[in-house]
Amino acid sequence: MSREPAGLDAAIVLRRPEFTLDLAFAVAPGEVLAVLGPNGAGKSTLLGVLSGLLRPDAGHVRLGDRLVTDVAAGVHVPPHERGVGMLAQQGLLFPHLTALANVAFGPRARGVPRTDADAAARRWLIEVDAAELAERKPSELSGGQAQRVALARALAPEPALLLLDEPLASLDVDAAPALRSLLRRVMRGSKQSKVLVTHDALDALVLADRVMVLSGGRIVENGPTREVLTRPRSSFTARIAGLDLIPGTAVDGGLKTADGMLISGRQSEQLADGQSAVAVFPPFAVAVFRQRPDGSPRNVVEVEVAALEPHGDTVRLRAAALPAGPGWVDGLAADVTPAAVADLAIEPGMRMWYAVKATEVAIHPAAR
Amino acid sequence: MNRPAVLARRARDRHQISVGLPTLIWLPAAIGFALIVLPVAGLGLKTDWPRLPELIFSESALDALRLSMITSSISTVLCILFGGPIAVILARSRIGGLRLLRALVLLPLVLPPVVGGLALLFLLGRTGLVGRGIETAFGFTIPFTTAAVVLAQTFVAMPFLVVSLEGALRTAGQRYEAVAATLGASPMHAFRRVTVPLVLPGLASGAVLAFARCIGEFGATIAFAGSLQGTTRTLPLLVYLEREADVDAAVALSLLLVVVAVVVIAVARPRFVEGQT
Amino acid sequence: MKRFWVAIVAVFGVLLTACGRGSTGSTPEAKTLTVFAAASLTESFTELGKKFETDNPGVTVKFNFGASSDLAQQIVNGGPADLFAAASPATMKTVTDKALGDGTPVDFVTNELQIVTAPGNPKGIKTFADLANPAIKVVVCAPQVPCGAAELAVEKATGVDIKPVSEEPDVKSTLGKVTTGNADAGLVYVTDVLAANKAKPTVDGVSFPEAKQALNKYPIVVIKNAPQADLARKFLELVRSEAGKKVLQAAGFVVT
Repeated sequence: MSREPAGLDAAIVLRRPEFTLDLAFAVAPGEVLAVLGPNGAGKSTLLGVLSGLLRPDAGHVRLGDRLVTDVAAGVHVPPHERGVGMLAQQGLLFPHLTALANVAFGPRARGVPRTDADAAARRWLIEVDAAELAERKPSELSGGQAQRVALARALAPEPALLLLDEPLASLDVDAAPALRSLLRRVMRGSKQSKVLVTHDALDALVLADRVMVLSGGRIVENGPTREVLTRPRSSFTARIAGLDLIPGTAVDGGLKTADGMLISGRQSEQLADGQSAVAVFPPFAVAVFRQRPDGSPRNVVEVEVAALEPHGDTVRLRAAALPAGPGWVDGLAADVTPAAVADLAIEPGMRMWYAVKATEVAIHPAAR
Repeated sequence: MNRPAVLARRARDRHQISVGLPTLIWLPAAIGFALIVLPVAGLGLKTDWPRLPELIFSESALDALRLSMITSSISTVLCILFGGPIAVILARSRIGGLRLLRALVLLPLVLPPVVGGLALLFLLGRTGLVGRGIETAFGFTIPFTTAAVVLAQTFVAMPFLVVSLEGALRTAGQRYEAVAATLGASPMHAFRRVTVPLVLPGLASGAVLAFARCIGEFGATIAFAGSLQGTTRTLPLLVYLEREADVDAAVALSLLLVVVAVVVIAVARPRFVEGQT
Repeated sequence: MKRFWVAIVAVFGVLLTACGRGSTGSTPEAKTLTVFAAASLTESFTELGKKFETDNPGVTVKFNFGASSDLAQQIVNGGPADLFAAASPATMKTVTDKALGDGTPVDFVTNELQIVTAPGNPKGIKTFADLANPAIKVVVCAPQVPCGAAELAVEKATGVDIKPVSEEPDVKSTLGKVTTGNADAGLVYVTDVLAANKAKPTVDGVSFPEAKQALNKYPIVVIKNAPQADLARKFLELVRSEAGKKVLQAAGFVVT
């Protein structure tokens, strides 16, 4: 039943009236690729092609050594024979089946006898901390519970490729963090390739090894998560990311950067010391000074102002690392008012101090 | 429903959001309601109550009732077997000419039933295109048989099932079927385990509508099947016949027909017609 | 919910008031004679109506043809008839029982049963007894309607037991089953066979002597307090006149 770990290799062209999806990429076995992009960038269309629900106009999709789509050769393996699992935004649990029967659906569809399928379903429910929900109908589940069951259901057939379509987007703010760490745990342990579509940089940060940014159906950036998100090569990606990130390892009360600096912050979940982590804070939480500020417990770092960009009502400063300073400073953004820019007479090339309160900084586990 | 369940539902209703209705809606609704209910109530006023048991428990009435129930049940099953797949094709397939196909399927809704019966007669009657072939090949004819009653009822009732089932299929959408496919379910498995259970309420309400239409069917039956006690004379045919000779009997039988219809709708109503699953 | 019931009560109230006022008669501007007549009289009465209009300038004759039982019900429920010609004494009785007849109805014609078959009579049916042959598909009228009652009377008188494939609710429906070829033979009236062959020959009629034992009488009566009672009596005279008799005989009726 279990499939060999298989990588994904895809090159796709699909024309729509609104845009043309035209991209090529690969995902290694066990790797998580996050696809970021605004609405209408072609993210859902991409998942449709990978799952076989949509036929591209040109190109191919290869799962391991299986060619599942090849337009030129006329190959189109139907969705149910692909071994591509899907976790949708709304979960879409079958409303007429219990949680257990939902999870057992995949194995049953492949001809696994009922008792075996139910046993497998129970194992998967335990895996997603939902064992006690087995006999409930979807209408009796909260959004987070339903999404956990849906995850178990998507994993139960042990697909070669798992697609996750905004799995956290429809959850409320209390349920999202718990499911995010569950996804992280479950995805970490599995060998299949995973493609995660999201519009939330935090999801990519916590769950993905690599990030691919789409705009208008094309890849605008593609690389390791932290690299892409901390040093956006385009303002477009920067806008998508919209967050300041500092990579490092978890320590008690915060995060230690590679060069040994301590960033104080709140841990989003219990992190082991030395675990790979990222400090995350919004640019508007950054205060800017000409002199090193002191007093309240703040994280402070000296930067060079690389650029000033208008950003709504505020001005966004982009930092560059000082010749002798830490490299992670590169790209850090700070939102300040135009009045502050004038008062402080900020201009590119100036040296400034960035300061962030510890309460504004969240420490998340990082994918790798 | 037991009492605690009723109380629980009332409590729920009280807490449901209510945005209020425009006052103007009540008057036309009341007129419409009166238009439906007053004539039926008039039947009750006209009824010769002392003779009622004798009239509705007569041999001919019981024969007609039994025949109506049996033929309507068979016709409803045929509507599901043949109309169900039509609804699936109308709702799901992408073949060309669907619009035309739908218009044709709905024809019996606008066609006077007598015309439908004549059409059946011209096709399946003894001199009809197909009927002649059937007689030479198998040695039997369809008109004047119970099978003809079933065919006539199926003809007029099928659109009711198709329309409500197609609506249910469209409302359910294809999202669940797509999920089933990604879980490895073949189209047949997904259809049986996902699509059918999801549209079961729509199928049930369509079947109730079709059954009700079969129970009331008259025109196509008289034109195609004739009228013979125990074989082709369903309840509406008996009502029509009795009104020639004995209006009291006709009224009593109509009342019986109303009761049957109300029972059918009432039995099916709570879960299916109102779409509460 | 309460508003709904208020509206219901209002609607019922309006309807009831309307009912109370409904019986005020309409005022005819020109003289119009309204005749309710059995469907089998359609051709002959229409012809007589034209003659009546020519003979009486300024008078219009309006006909309501239909099943006698329906017409009787309409008259009992206030249908605006001046004259009523029924296809059976039983349906006439519905009207006279309510004392709606002005005087006693008179039987003005009789109609006789005839066997109707496909053109050329392919099954070679010659007698009433031939209809008992189970190989012959026979349709008759149901006993509840006059033509069926007459057929049953013939069966009783002759001892012939016919097993029809269908007992139709009216004579035209019986005829239809034969004209479409789905039945081999039917029992209808002579007038129906003549009418069916008016445009082009579509059926054969086979007369049989036993039909005389079950003649169907057509009574006619002026309606009591009819607005055009005088005209109705005049039309009745026309029906009973030599000219009227000729028209009715041409249609297949036996004038009494």
